[in-house]
Amino acid sequence: MAHQTGVSADADDAGRVSLMNDPKARGLVFQALLIIAVIFLVYSGVSNAIDNLARAGIASGLGFFGERAGFDIGQSFIPYTNDSTYLRAFFVGLLNTMVVAIIGIFLATVIGFIVGLARLSKNYLVQKFATVYVETLRNIPLLLQLLFWYKAVLSILPSPRAVGLEPGVEVVFNLNNRGLYMPRIVPEGGAQFILFAFIIAVVAWFFIGRWAKKRQMATGQQFPVFLTGLALVIALPLLTFLVTGMPMSLEYASLQGFNMVGGWVIQPEFMALLLGLSLYTASFIAEIVRAGILAVSHGQSEAAFALGLRPNLTSRLVVVPQAMRVIIPPLTSQFLNLTKNSSLAVAIGYPDLVSIFGGTVLNQTGQAVEVISITMLVYLTLSLLTSAFMNWFNSSVALVER
Amino acid sequence: MNKKILSAVVGIAAVAGMGASAASAATLDDVKAKGFVQCGVSTGLAGFSAPNDAGDWSGIDVDLCRGIAAAVFGDATAVKFSPLSAKERFTALQSGEIDVLSRNTTWTMSRDTQLGLNFAGVNYYDGQGFMVRKSLGVNSALQLSGASVCVQTGTTTELNLTDYFKANDMTYNPVVFEKLEEVNAAYDANRCDVYTTDQSGLYSIRLGLSAPDEHMVLPEVISKEPLGPVVRQGDDQWFNIVKWVHNAMLNAEEMGITSANVDEMANSTDPNVMRLLGKEGTFGEGIGLGNDWAYNVIKEVGNYGEVFEANVGASTPLGIARGVNALWSKGGLQYAPPLR
Repeated sequence: MAHQTGVSADADDAGRVSLMNDPKARGLVFQALLIIAVIFLVYSGVSNAIDNLARAGIASGLGFFGERAGFDIGQSFIPYTNDSTYLRAFFVGLLNTMVVAIIGIFLATVIGFIVGLARLSKNYLVQKFATVYVETLRNIPLLLQLLFWYKAVLSILPSPRAVGLEPGVEVVFNLNNRGLYMPRIVPEGGAQFILFAFIIAVVAWFFIGRWAKKRQMATGQQFPVFLTGLALVIALPLLTFLVTGMPMSLEYASLQGFNMVGGWVIQPEFMALLLGLSLYTASFIAEIVRAGILAVSHGQSEAAFALGLRPNLTSRLVVVPQAMRVIIPPLTSQFLNLTKNSSLAVAIGYPDLVSIFGGTVLNQTGQAVEVISITMLVYLTLSLLTSAFMNWFNSSVALVER
Repeated sequence: MNKKILSAVVGIAAVAGMGASAASAATLDDVKAKGFVQCGVSTGLAGFSAPNDAGDWSGIDVDLCRGIAAAVFGDATAVKFSPLSAKERFTALQSGEIDVLSRNTTWTMSRDTQLGLNFAGVNYYDGQGFMVRKSLGVNSALQLSGASVCVQTGTTTELNLTDYFKANDMTYNPVVFEKLEEVNAAYDANRCDVYTTDQSGLYSIRLGLSAPDEHMVLPEVISKEPLGPVVRQGDDQWFNIVKWVHNAMLNAEEMGITSANVDEMANSTDPNVMRLLGKEGTFGEGIGLGNDWAYNVIKEVGNYGEVFEANVGASTPLGIARGVNALWSKGGLQYAPPLR
């Protein structure tokens, strides 16, 4: 103690010593120098690149975004023709990436949770099956899995002509090497009411949940929120559908000329990418889920049983909430990985952002620096948004510790 | 995927960091210093640039690179080849990764003027066509409405295809891949009804399909595709070398000089032949090479006609007729300015 007092006495004297020897001031100076060096490095890199592009006679700038793209894209969620601009082509690619990422994240999470729970199952077969699933899929490179789904599974399906379809005859479901064909729902006048009914049902579900919780707090009585909600969500739109006079029709696919026409099609490239991404990522999520559940001490569930909670309630009210705080942070990383891995789409011809924008647009305009920078920026933005959302979600489900 | 980003990043780094040396310094000096020509070729297009089972490259695009090496070093084997996808090719040239791009690349105005590149001539006049399965019973491209079309990304093909279907009021469903082999595999697996690329390419690709006889190339040629070697803009000496190696091979054919008779022809008293083979004048100096530059090209690689016949001509599996690629004096388009 005596020694430490001596040191702090020295520090008090430091106020009169020159700034050179003040560790705080020195630290600030070095940090400022570092920032200046980094800024200078970035500045000189960028200005050098601009100078050299100009000197090499390579066009630069973002003017190309307004030009006519002039190429077609196989799958688009927004209206796009070859007369659209490069900017629109960019959005087509971005949407294709986001759609596959969002559906992929959803599927991967569902499969991951199921497999993760199955690995903890007491059923020998289920548990072994889940183990084999995890150990196989997470140990094979994703690119190979994508190629497997695309080339070894979907490409060897027969062509529409070879599956024995008669030209012009409508089919309900058909899987061939051009895709999975299903009936398409064509909304007619009044169909928007069905959507409204659905939204009302969801909102009602939410408020019933809040009311039930309040009532349980006050009286201890429980209410079957889930079943009521589910019934509402199904029954209300269905009722509207009948009342408004069934304002929807189904459009079926049929073979016409070379290809299937009409209906709703999921292209094989999309299927392969979605399968590959979600099954691969699910194997990691399964391990995260298993780790999260095992991290909850056994005493917790024993205590819950001792209080008389049934196994179902024990896991829903005691185990899962505590497991979630272990699960969510690494789960975020898996979501980010899935989004970024979707860029492997280029290997199997799915028109994602990298394929359309970083591929075709880059090549037609030749502006590699701009196109690659923007592509990187887009993935960065997507990842940061995902993380921000997951952080918000994490803090909203986190246990309040005292 | 990673490779592409990498090459793009390398490209950016190269342009940013050492653009000055890549763009304006003499490529010839760099080539001489390292002792070989780095030549960008396709990832495998029979007759144009394809490796054999021993890893040796051959094809008319490859022979042009060998010609450049022969002109510079007197040794046609002083070449290293970089197989490039359609998407990677221009970045590889811009960044200085390769010295010349000889990869069935179509000469277009935007590529010539906006990419910082120069096209040094046309070593094959091509046009875009369509290949289909005979079993479809199609005999004209105008019957293709509604078809799925396999096409390689980053090519003029993709744009011509769009224009052609649009002009003829037809629809199609594009199935786009980045690598030639992927397009081939998809077409072979019947993922699409139609394969479109340059006609020469179609003949070459057809050979590699599982049942070549079941496929046919439709008669329509929907575009002009002048294919030629490309160099970086801003190095006129290297541009001249590439341009004149090609011209020398054409002039040699016109004068009847072949790799077999070049030594004999060296004693010719025809002033045209004497100029070409370096017996008269100092044409080599004008492009920074020895006076025997053209002699070496012809001796080691051969004239244009020889190269054509050996790689894509009637005696090869491709069996492509000279057609528009014949010399101007024989009704074709191949015409080289005189050596004078």
